[in-house]
Amino acid sequence: MKDAIGNVQRVVVLGGTSEIALATVAKLTAQRRDVQVTLAARPGERRATAAATLEALGLQVSEVDFEAADRTSYERAISDAFESGGDVDVVIVAFGLLGDQERAWRDIDTALEQVQVNFTAAVGCGVLVADRLRKQGHGAIIAMSSVAGERPRKSNFMYGSTKAGMDAFYTGLGDAIEKDGIQVLVVRPGFVRSRMTDGLAAAPLAQTPEQVADVIVAGLLAGRHTVWAPPAMRWVMAVLRHLPRPVFTRLPV
Amino acid sequence: MNGRRALRGWGRTSPSVAMVHSAGDDAELVRLVTDAGPRGVLARGLGRSYGDAAQNGGGVVVEMTARHRVLSVDDQTGLVEVEAGVSLDQLMRQLLPLGLFVPVSPGTRQVTVGGAVAADIHGKNHHVDGSFGRHVVSMDLLCADGTIRTLTPESELFWATVGGMGLTGLVLRATLRMKKVQSAYCLVDTERCANLDDLLGRMTEGDHRYTYSVAWIDCLARGSSLGRSVLTRGWSATIDQLPPALRDHALDFRPRQLAVAPPIFPSGLLNRATVAAFNEAWYRKAPQERHGEIQSIAAFFHPLDAVAQWNHIYGPKGFLQYQFVVPFGAEDTLRRCIQLLSDAGQASFLAVLKRFGPSSAGHLSFPAPGWTLALDIPIGAAVLGGLLDRLDAEVMAAGGREYLAKDSRLSASQIAAMYPRMDEWRDVRRAADPRGVFTSDLARRLGL
Repeated sequence: MKDAIGNVQRVVVLGGTSEIALATVAKLTAQRRDVQVTLAARPGERRATAAATLEALGLQVSEVDFEAADRTSYERAISDAFESGGDVDVVIVAFGLLGDQERAWRDIDTALEQVQVNFTAAVGCGVLVADRLRKQGHGAIIAMSSVAGERPRKSNFMYGSTKAGMDAFYTGLGDAIEKDGIQVLVVRPGFVRSRMTDGLAAAPLAQTPEQVADVIVAGLLAGRHTVWAPPAMRWVMAVLRHLPRPVFTRLPV
Repeated sequence: MNGRRALRGWGRTSPSVAMVHSAGDDAELVRLVTDAGPRGVLARGLGRSYGDAAQNGGGVVVEMTARHRVLSVDDQTGLVEVEAGVSLDQLMRQLLPLGLFVPVSPGTRQVTVGGAVAADIHGKNHHVDGSFGRHVVSMDLLCADGTIRTLTPESELFWATVGGMGLTGLVLRATLRMKKVQSAYCLVDTERCANLDDLLGRMTEGDHRYTYSVAWIDCLARGSSLGRSVLTRGWSATIDQLPPALRDHALDFRPRQLAVAPPIFPSGLLNRATVAAFNEAWYRKAPQERHGEIQSIAAFFHPLDAVAQWNHIYGPKGFLQYQFVVPFGAEDTLRRCIQLLSDAGQASFLAVLKRFGPSSAGHLSFPAPGWTLALDIPIGAAVLGGLLDRLDAEVMAAGGREYLAKDSRLSASQIAAMYPRMDEWRDVRRAADPRGVFTSDLARRLGL
């Protein structure tokens, strides 16, 4: 149960190696480290490193196997995560694929894999997590969307289309389960320097995972439904969304 | 009205959604308890506990206020039998005209008898009369197996229920021993104290002469004024002590509600500047020393009740109340705590200090011999978490404890250290409720 000043007791991260998610957990538990964190991710070195990083902060970390492309896997992971302890205060939906965006719209396997991970699995996990949280009568979901979903661009519209779908789902889910005492926070970061964007040229207003985590934790405590990182990105995107197509397609973004 | 609804504590922080039932007759409550799902059942009264004690997210919450009959009154012995949803306000309105006053009155009349038992509440007379449970002669408890047991102070379950935060069952009815009074007024002495030493000295030296005693401390005062305060102490007034004009209506009790605070106050309205100004004015307006003033019970005991929903003035982020007790001899801890609050400049209205007498037999009862300090703190300042953690450390190092009815942020290990009889209580509770039917957000948060 979250306490009066926003300290949490249990956090579950789906996509437990996400740098933004790990930075968010670190910020969220900055005042109180006696917190249980479940990292749901593929087994391996990256997950072990993520767990070690959080354990070094004093958090109690458990790991469960999670494969977003496999429904049986994520159903079991969510069930294990919820049943291995007390009430879950926050679930972070942080898994996602960027990959080769040029290939993604030319090759059906790559395209469908992106849809499966970024959209289908995100929806599947959302349904399962929402049901669990409603039964508790409290809790929050942090859904990692992207500004890429707000207006499709030539350079990453495959990714953008999947994020547009998951963003719409979680935004609507938040409205549907608010009355059950559940907060859904949809997070729309701009360009974030992380493993996912390694090798890509940074876009304007590029952020670090820690900067995004600051925005997320502030939005969570303030009871917000949508946040942009950096916050100014909200207004940038508001303008970009309404630019005439001939202008938009000529922009170097 | 029955239905799924978000419930909050008085501090208006961390709500949760539960299936809320307005309490029906005994048979219906028995059904609710025996049909309980995995998230259990909890009784709720008037929701004056500050944190999550009267919330049960995902489970059933029974609003006991629907059961508010006074079942019998014996004005010779002062024994009254009431339903658990009766408020102290109602008891005063109905029984003061008969010369019967509640044995223990907290800072508000808006608590139910069931809640008073569950939190084993205390008042300004703790140093002479103890806490609420001491004045309960018997009670009917609906237990997890669906039976209704009549408990008396001879039973362990009685004392696990007194202060047990509603986690042993639903209190349905209680028989209380009321206090006989001649009037609905108090005879009050007021003294201004220049600093903490002055205050502690006067309380130690003189409290035993008074039935009621409480001090209001300005936690923003600094330096040589640290702990400056106004001490008010008194007795229930006898007929002879009243001015002639009041003698014919000595037992009239008609407290008025002056205002209702609407939910429109912004967070941050109560900041260091506004609160410092308030505290200064309040200190200056108190007389240097005044003896024998006649005050109504409402004015003396429940000044905040004049404004309904006063918790709204803290704005949408809400607030918490911090209350601890440290043993006599730990005056240095008390001083360091007030110093920490003063240094942090936390916008807090006056803090309340009082001396507790002996503990009750309740396993989880809060009062213990020593000094208890209570203060409201608005949520929001970045410093808040760190400040309260430092206060916790001071309190625990001195062998003190914090009050479950006020708590909204402690951890399981802290509570276990503060309540040495916790394991004993758990054994009694487990025997009475092996499946853990009675539970709450507070119980889950603290692993009770």
